[in-house]
This record gives sequence, C-alpha cells and structure tokens, in this order.
Amino acid sequence: MYPELGQVSLILALLLALLLSVVPLAGALTGRDSLQAFARPLASGMFVFTGLAFAILTHAFMVDDFSVAYVANNSNSMLPWFYKFSAVWGGHEGSLLLWILMLTGWTLAVAVFSRKLPSTMVSQVLSVMGMVCVGFFLFIMLTSNPFDRLLPNIPADGQDLNPLLQDFGLIVHPPMLYMGYVGFSVAFAFALAALINGRLDAAWARWSRPWTTVAWSFLTIGIALGSWWAYYELGWGGWWFWDPVENASLLPWLSGTALMHSLAVTEKRGVFKSWTVLLAIVTFALSLLGTFLVRSGVLTSVHAFASDPERGTFLLMLLGITVIGSLALYAFRAPVVHVRSRYGSLSREIFLLLNNVLLVTATLLVAIGTLYPLVLDYLDMGKLSIGEPFFNTTFSPLAVATGLLLGAGVFSRWKKTDGGWLGRKLLWPLAVSLTASVAVILIYGGFKPWAFAGVFTAVWVAVATLWDLWDKSASRQGRLHGLKRQSRSYWGMVLGHLGVAMVMAGATVVSNYGIERDVRMVPGDSAMVGDYEIVFTDIGNRRGANFTAQYGSFDVLLDGKKITELHPEKRNYPVGMSVMTEADIDGGLFRDIFVAIGERISDDAWAIRLQYKPLIRWLWLGALVMAIGGFLAIADKRYRIREKNQVKVADRAAKTGSAQAAGATS
Amino acid sequence: MKRLLLFLPLVIAVGVGIFLAAGIGKDPTKLESARIGKPVPAFSLENLNDPTQLLDESVLKGEVALLNVWAEWCPSCWDEHEYLMWLSKEKGVRIVGLNYKDQRETAFSFLGRLGNPYDEIIFDPKGSLGFDLGVYGAPETFVIDANGIVQYRHVGVVNKQVWEEVLQPVIQKAKGNS
Amino acid sequence: MRNIHGALVLLILCAFGAQAEVSEVYDFDTRAEEQRYQNLIAELRCPKCQNQNIADSNAPISKDMRDQVYRLMKNGATNDEIVGDLVGRFGEFVQYKPPVDKRTILLWAFPAIAVVVGVAIVAGVAIRSRKREKEESALSPEELARVKKMLADKDQQA
Repeated sequence: MYPELGQVSLILALLLALLLSVVPLAGALTGRDSLQAFARPLASGMFVFTGLAFAILTHAFMVDDFSVAYVANNSNSMLPWFYKFSAVWGGHEGSLLLWILMLTGWTLAVAVFSRKLPSTMVSQVLSVMGMVCVGFFLFIMLTSNPFDRLLPNIPADGQDLNPLLQDFGLIVHPPMLYMGYVGFSVAFAFALAALINGRLDAAWARWSRPWTTVAWSFLTIGIALGSWWAYYELGWGGWWFWDPVENASLLPWLSGTALMHSLAVTEKRGVFKSWTVLLAIVTFALSLLGTFLVRSGVLTSVHAFASDPERGTFLLMLLGITVIGSLALYAFRAPVVHVRSRYGSLSREIFLLLNNVLLVTATLLVAIGTLYPLVLDYLDMGKLSIGEPFFNTTFSPLAVATGLLLGAGVFSRWKKTDGGWLGRKLLWPLAVSLTASVAVILIYGGFKPWAFAGVFTAVWVAVATLWDLWDKSASRQGRLHGLKRQSRSYWGMVLGHLGVAMVMAGATVVSNYGIERDVRMVPGDSAMVGDYEIVFTDIGNRRGANFTAQYGSFDVLLDGKKITELHPEKRNYPVGMSVMTEADIDGGLFRDIFVAIGERISDDAWAIRLQYKPLIRWLWLGALVMAIGGFLAIADKRYRIREKNQVKVADRAAKTGSAQAAGATS
Repeated sequence: MKRLLLFLPLVIAVGVGIFLAAGIGKDPTKLESARIGKPVPAFSLENLNDPTQLLDESVLKGEVALLNVWAEWCPSCWDEHEYLMWLSKEKGVRIVGLNYKDQRETAFSFLGRLGNPYDEIIFDPKGSLGFDLGVYGAPETFVIDANGIVQYRHVGVVNKQVWEEVLQPVIQKAKGNS
Repeated sequence: MRNIHGALVLLILCAFGAQAEVSEVYDFDTRAEEQRYQNLIAELRCPKCQNQNIADSNAPISKDMRDQVYRLMKNGATNDEIVGDLVGRFGEFVQYKPPVDKRTILLWAFPAIAVVVGVAIVAGVAIRSRKREKEESALSPEELARVKKMLADKDQQA
C-alpha cells in the first residue's frame, strides 16, 4: 500500500511542478501579483510531496519490503539498519529520487530566503526551477520508477547492497555531491530569469553569488568525500583516477569556480555580464552532462549505473531541451553593449578574467579528454583511452599557472594596480616561497621539476594569501582588532585560497614522494616502506554482521619503536558472493601508512601491499577548508541586510563606473 | 556581428549533443581486434583430442574458418554452443576451436554434454595463443580467411542475429577475396 | 557450477567498479626497477575490467599482461617496446596515454591553444578599455595626471 502512496506523491509533486513552471512566470510577465503569489506555496508543496515519496521509499527499505523491486535489488534483511538507510540512494532509481528531493529542497530554499527580492524576479526564478523539476519528475516516473513492484512473485530476501557501498563514505558522499550538482540549478535559474526580464545587472550577480558559493562548497565536499572513499575502500590507495565519473564531477566544479570569481567582478564592477551569465548556464549544463554520462552508459566508468538506452535517450532529451533552450535564450537576449567601465591592464578585473581563462581551459580540457574517445569511436577512428598520464601532463601546468596567477592576483586592486608597486609587493612573498619550497623538497628527498613547481605554487598561494591578510589587518588598535575588522567574505576568500594551497601541496607531494610496494610476506616477516618497518605478526578470522573476514595483524615501527598496529581484512559477503579487501590505514597529518592484504600465494605466504603516503590528508583537509571558506563567505553581512537598497546603489555605481562602487576587498 | 558570436555556445552544445546521441545504446566496452589484417600468430600447441599431435597456424589456412575461443568455465560459452553446433551442421561452416585456459577433462565433459562443432580443437591451457591473439575474455570468435589472415573479431556470444548481421557478411567477403 | 559462480563474481566486480588486490609478487633487483614496473602497469588499461588499469584489475587477462610486462622488462625491453608489444596484441585501447598523431593532435594541443586564445581575448579587452579611457578623458593632461596619482595613492592605502 505504502509504495503506491509514494507513487501518488510523486505524481502530485509533478503536478505542482507543472503549475510552478507556468503560473508564477505568467504572473510575472503579465504583472499580476495574484498569480505570482502562488510561487511560494507551490514550491513548498512540491518539496513536501517529494519528501513524502522519499520517506516512503526509506520506510520500504527499513521494513524490508522486497515486493518493491528497487528494495529487493539493493538491500537484504541482514544489512545493518544504517546501510539499509543509505541503500535508499545506493542504486539508480533511489539516487535519482534523492537528486530530485534536493532539487525541490533548493527550490524551497530560494522561496524562503528571497523575501527581500523583487517579486517578479522570484517568480521567474522559481518558475525556471519548476521547469527543471518537471523534467526530472518525468524522467523518474517514465523510466526509473523506484516504486515498481515485484508482484506476485515477491522474493524471500533481497540481493544485498553492493559491499563496496556498505561504508560510511557512501552514506555521505552522494548527498553532498548532489547538493552541489543540483545547487547550481539556482544560479542557472537566476541567470535565465535575468535574461528573460532583461535585468542582467549587479543586483542579479549579488543574488546569485551566495547560492553559487553554497552549491560549490557542497560539491567540493562531495568530491573530496568521493576521493577519500576511493582511497580507503577501493583498496589500491589511489585518490584520483581521472575516471569519467570523477571527471563528470570535476567539470561543474571547475566552471563553478570560474563562475564564483566572475560573479565577484560582475557584482563589484558591473562588467563581464554576458560572460558571467554564460558561465552560470554552462555550469548547470555540466552538472546535467555529468548525470547523463554516469547514467546513460555511453562511457565505461568505475561506478556507472547499469546502462539503459531508454534512460540515456530520455536524459539526453532533457539535457538537450535545457541546454539548447537556455543557450538560445542567451544568444538572443544577452547584452552585447559594453559597459562604460574602465580598468587598467593590471587591475583585479583583468586578473580575474585570466583566472577565468585558465579555469575554463581546464574545464574544457577535462570535457574534451572525457568525450574524445566517444567522438573518435563515432568517426570510426579507433578506440583510444585517455587516462591519468594524459591529464597529469596537461592538467598540471594549468593548475600551476592558476596558482601562480592567484598569488599575484591577491594583491591586485579593482580598476587599476600600479605595476611597479605590485612587483615590489610580490618580492618578499616570492623569496619566502622559494626558500620554503626548497626546504620541503629537501625534506622529502630529491629534486623533481614538477614536484618543485607544484610545491612552489602551493607555498606561493599560501604565502601571498597570508601576506595580504597581514597587510589588511594592520590597525592602530592592534592586530587582533584588525583581523576582526575583516569581513566574513574576505575570510572566506582567505580560507578558500589556503584550501587550494593545501590541495596542491598534498597532491604534489603524495604523487611524487609516495611509496608503493607489493611484497610477499609470511607471518613473522618484515618489510620496509620509506622509513617505516612493517612486521606481519599474525593472521586470524572473525565474523561480522553480514560477512566473514580474514584479518592480518601488522606492527608498524619507526626507528625500531612500535607506533601502531594495523588490521587489514579480506571480507567474504555470502549473499552477493563477493570478496572485499578492507585496507587498514594509520592516518596522520603528515603521512599515512597503508596496508592491504591480497591473495594467498602459498600456504602461509600472502601478497601484501604497503604504501607510504605523505601529506595525502591535505587533499581532503584542503577541500574541507575551501568549503568552510565558502560557507563563511555567504554568512557575510552584506548578503543579509537591506539587500534591495544596497544593491541599487551598487548597481548604479557600477553603471556609471564611479569610484565609490565598492571596497577593494573580495 | 557580436550577436552572432553569442550563438557559438549553442552551436558547440548541439555538436556535442550529436556525438552523445550517437553513443547511446552502443556498447562502449566492445573492442576491435588489433590483429585485423594480420596473419594468425605462429603457434605450436597440442590437439585437444590427441596430445601427441601438435597443431600450428596451418590449420587455419586453405579455407575460410571461424576460430572460436571457448572454455568449460565460461558461462556464455555454454549459451552459444548450441548455435555453433547448428552453424557447423546446417551451414557447413568450418569452425576451429581454441580451448582457452581450460583442462582436458572438463573440456571433454563439456563437449560430451553439448556436442562437438569443431573441425579441430587447439588446446591452450596457459592461454598463450589467446594472449597473442589479444583475447581478453571468452567467448570470442575470429573470422580467418583462406590465407590465415584475421578478418574480424566478435567478442561475446554468437547467436542468430550476430551470425546474420555480422559474421556471415564478413565470411562472404572473405570468400570473395580469396 | 563453482566456476560459473567465479565468473559471475568477476562480472560483478567488473561491472560495479571494484577493488584492487595484489595477486602476485615479482622480484626486482633494484627499487628503481620496481618503481618502473609499477609505473608501467599503472599506465596500461585492462581490456576486460575497462575502468581499471592492469595494476588494479583482478581480471585474469590483467595478470597475463602483468606477467608479460615483467617478462619483457627482464629481457631488457624499453618502456616503449613493452607498451608497443601490448598495443600490438590488444589495440591502442590498452594505453592510457593516447599517442600523438593526427587524430589526437587537437587533444594534446588544446590547452595551449585555449590559453593563447584566451589571453589574446583578455589582452583585447584590456587594450580596448585603455583606449576608451583616453578617448573619453575630458580632462587636460595635467589634471589627468593629478587624478591618476591621487587614485593610485588611494588604492595603495585601501
């Protein structure tokens, strides 16, 4: 009975979405307030019914209702309750429902937090969100219904959740990732609304900014969690594989990063509007493209969902309508007149434009690298693989260039920066970074050109960011007062850039100085990995909730002193008939020691993988710092108080190119 | 003029869309053999039925033949076998078997249960010929022309559709050439 | 039946992306050789479990390929020869680094082209802005210089 209710909820939500996509927009275009007033109630209703459908599906998992095909395929009565909960989004249908739940959630959030915006703008934004919702409701109901029943042959038990997905990382990774993907729909909706009503101004940029930043922060966390999960769960100690599905998440992240920066220019200076609005459209289009790539089966990938041409076709149509519609609107409506605003060739505007050039190049590079094999195959020119070696060669220089530019850009001023002054300003940070990076390289042993370039860039970004903070926080009332005086959005920028530095440092050091060894070990043997000695002491058996496991015991010694004990496992899940290796990791701020057991080579000898991973945690910590920076930035006062008035002033100021437009920060 | 420039993203998006549309429903995992147009690699392996007799690449010369890679442990081989029987009996296709990473006893029990469509069976327990041919998973079926040149490789089960749409045209062409 | 189950498990592992497991251990004379081997097998793609390199894949064919890499290394083959040997058997698909040729030149050159074009556009934007500044300036040269100086000072103080 409940699953049918879930179905009904989805249908009702679809109807509300249909109304939402038409009624408020019609109201806004005809100037009828009575119609626009429907926007908020419709958005709320849509969220409530989607939430109900999601709750019903969750309930079906909790009570082991295997008459529901999706539950039977992705759960099992022996599964612990928290995995039953996360199994709700362990497969295609349920994860799509989660996607939609978040889409309606973001729609509701826009409805709630936009009370100070002009009502026509809100109506148009919510209508655009409603249109996107309609597309996805149709998709889930016509091709991927999570409530389909297996009647009358109800299976006695479910087929179990893929053991790889029985993990804390999977409980949190998809929701975070989807929050990011879907969150960009808000910036997209604002962009379309601004194009429709022709109000593409600084106010629009100001309204879009916090939404973009929040979505970007979620996406950052989501990607980091995915990388972390792959690191400890997939068992080979890698953290990024340039797999199509990873690239799919990186695409909107890169263009979203570009969007955040160009929104800053448009808000502060009222320029580059056409470019910014295009980025807003493209970023959401890339989110949709990612969804398509993962769910259509056109590319082989690590965690592609079972491919189904029907779903692929539907999604492509959805993608096509959204992208072609919005880009056509863009082509006809985007302004081509240049704003009469002046900026020198070393101004912050130009630095941020160059940042956009590099980030967009990186985005296109990842997109081309991902899609090129598809194109060549279509042209019958052979089957190529484009993987890590290609991206390492092409992506790293772009990352380094972006970092170098960032360090200089931090000091630049809006409108105009004096070249000589900037040069003098950069001298000391440059000296400090050079010294520090040489020191780091020496500590980890051995000069390698790319290792040096990466470390130098990371240190350069960090030093420049902190230097600027030091400059800005100078105050007659003391340093602490000066630090307190900085706005939250400035602090957000500082953390964001420090996070970038951490990720760069981590990525460079771990890929250049990490050690990987596959060794044959008998209990009692020891092997060296870096400065650490690993002693294989014992092997034993244990029983888990839904698996049996063989585990090894390893002592980790440094300079002859035991620092910890590790217990990697090989698990056997009887329901799915699968074997999983669970690596054990001694994590630390400066290095991880990673031990995984492989196959039994002979009676008592095992193949063991040992790894030393310096600074690997910095990758994920850096991402976390970036995301915290994002959340801090949107907590800035100026997004909350008297939005209408301030924005009008800023807008007028930007239009006239007056100097009072805004301060030099952020 | 500037307005026209704004249409560029739209044009690019449509272009990408065409390629994506073409990719739907295609199996991206299917690979073309690297050996097409090249002779079957030289080998010297035992005949499955007669350990004393060594077979070499000449068993694949003189007549257009299918080289079918199979093993008892391969589930899809069980599925396609019936169809290979039909091809051999009804269509008179010469089929050479490559028993891949298998054991003699299990191979015999497989043939005992399902019949033997093969004119000759090459016994390749270590998978060395399979490796030279670029076999990455049984079953695979190669079309070899009368000169012993690889013309085509099909990965996966052979069935009526595959025969009619893929293999038969290739065989006809190979026969025409030689 | 046991074997069929084995194959099914393999299928499942391949289909849902899966785990690495060390299945054999090779002996190397030097740590540098060991590292070279690790780098080589990380750059080769498994034709069976196509989302994994042969270092990570459990598929039997990956093991055969690792064996071959090791064998060729012991015979003194260069990296290019080793990759060439496997490409000759399994096709270009197995190398993660696409060769530079007329099909892929666009791919390899893209970042450089994009950056050059992008920087040129930005330069154009900056030059146009500067030109506009000169044209629209209604102040006399002396006044302009004074304003410029004032602005620059102000910027540095901010």
